[in-house]
Amino acid sequence: MKMRSAAFWISALAATALHASAQAPQILTLQEPQKVTVPREGEAKVALKLSMRPGYHANSDRPSEDYLIPMRLTWDAKAPVEAVEVIYPKGKLEKFEFTEKPISVVDGEFEIVTRLRRAPNALPGPAFLSGKLRYQACNDKMCFPPKTIDVKVPLLIQ
Amino acid sequence: MHRFPRSSAAALLAVFLMLAGCASQVSKGEPSSRRDGDAASRKAAPDFELKDMNGKTIRLSDYRGQVVLLNFWATWCGPCKIEIPWFVEFQRTYKDRGFTVIGVSVDEDGWEAVRPFLASRQVNYPVVVSTVEVEQKYGGIEALPVSFLIDREGRIASTHVGLVVKKTYEDEIRRLLD
Repeated sequence: MKMRSAAFWISALAATALHASAQAPQILTLQEPQKVTVPREGEAKVALKLSMRPGYHANSDRPSEDYLIPMRLTWDAKAPVEAVEVIYPKGKLEKFEFTEKPISVVDGEFEIVTRLRRAPNALPGPAFLSGKLRYQACNDKMCFPPKTIDVKVPLLIQ
Repeated sequence: MHRFPRSSAAALLAVFLMLAGCASQVSKGEPSSRRDGDAASRKAAPDFELKDMNGKTIRLSDYRGQVVLLNFWATWCGPCKIEIPWFVEFQRTYKDRGFTVIGVSVDEDGWEAVRPFLASRQVNYPVVVSTVEVEQKYGGIEALPVSFLIDREGRIASTHVGLVVKKTYEDEIRRLLD
């Protein structure tokens, strides 16, 4: 068997270590969504429970400055349900070392609630609602590139 | 079998460990600074070739002989916006002594986002839009701002991740220019 050079092994080992340590911290955590029963008539609600790592914030859905990237939850249009409204947490106005004036952010634990109704052609039975949550986070010294979390909510369509 | 010299292997490992050191601070969400005061221990800054707003090629190696402040930033990054006026001032003050700032935007929307930003500010140094390949050469850009101070021989003299004080940059620029 051909022997690998020392450089190969050093590179592989160091690259693995670098990859592991270079991962941006887990800033926003989404709790496993609970199953939602969607009635034949009327509405259901999906509440996504999220928590930000202490010391970090994300821009709210309505950032107070044009340059900031808003939090945005989008649902798959082909789902067996229709999103009536997405209700984001109210942003808090906070001043940071890098801002001249307070900006609208969310931090700590919060919920994003979506009001749903059954799509006209949906078949009864179990299904899934898929979506994407995009956010951009910072702490008081650095910012992290925008991230997108895949969201999958189990449904029971009545 | 081709043997890799031990000294080269050690140098390669040192580059990775240097980047890993800064990266582990990022994973903790803390700003970090790393200085290689001893010129002999500095590592070569990876070369790149990117276009500026007017389509002109900016090649890092073309700045060999100058002190370069290579700043990775984005239009959505608040701390980056604090630093940019400092860099404009450094460019004005030290340009004639062989210094330049090069701004590297990591905006996903590229020039669509960067062009209006530059138009609204008096940025007096070259700005380019990054690629994934360039970011990987610099250890992956996991947090912003990230700046590398590069000496006249094209070697990385210091690395700063996160917002640091203006004086830190200025002291280092002066030291490298002297």
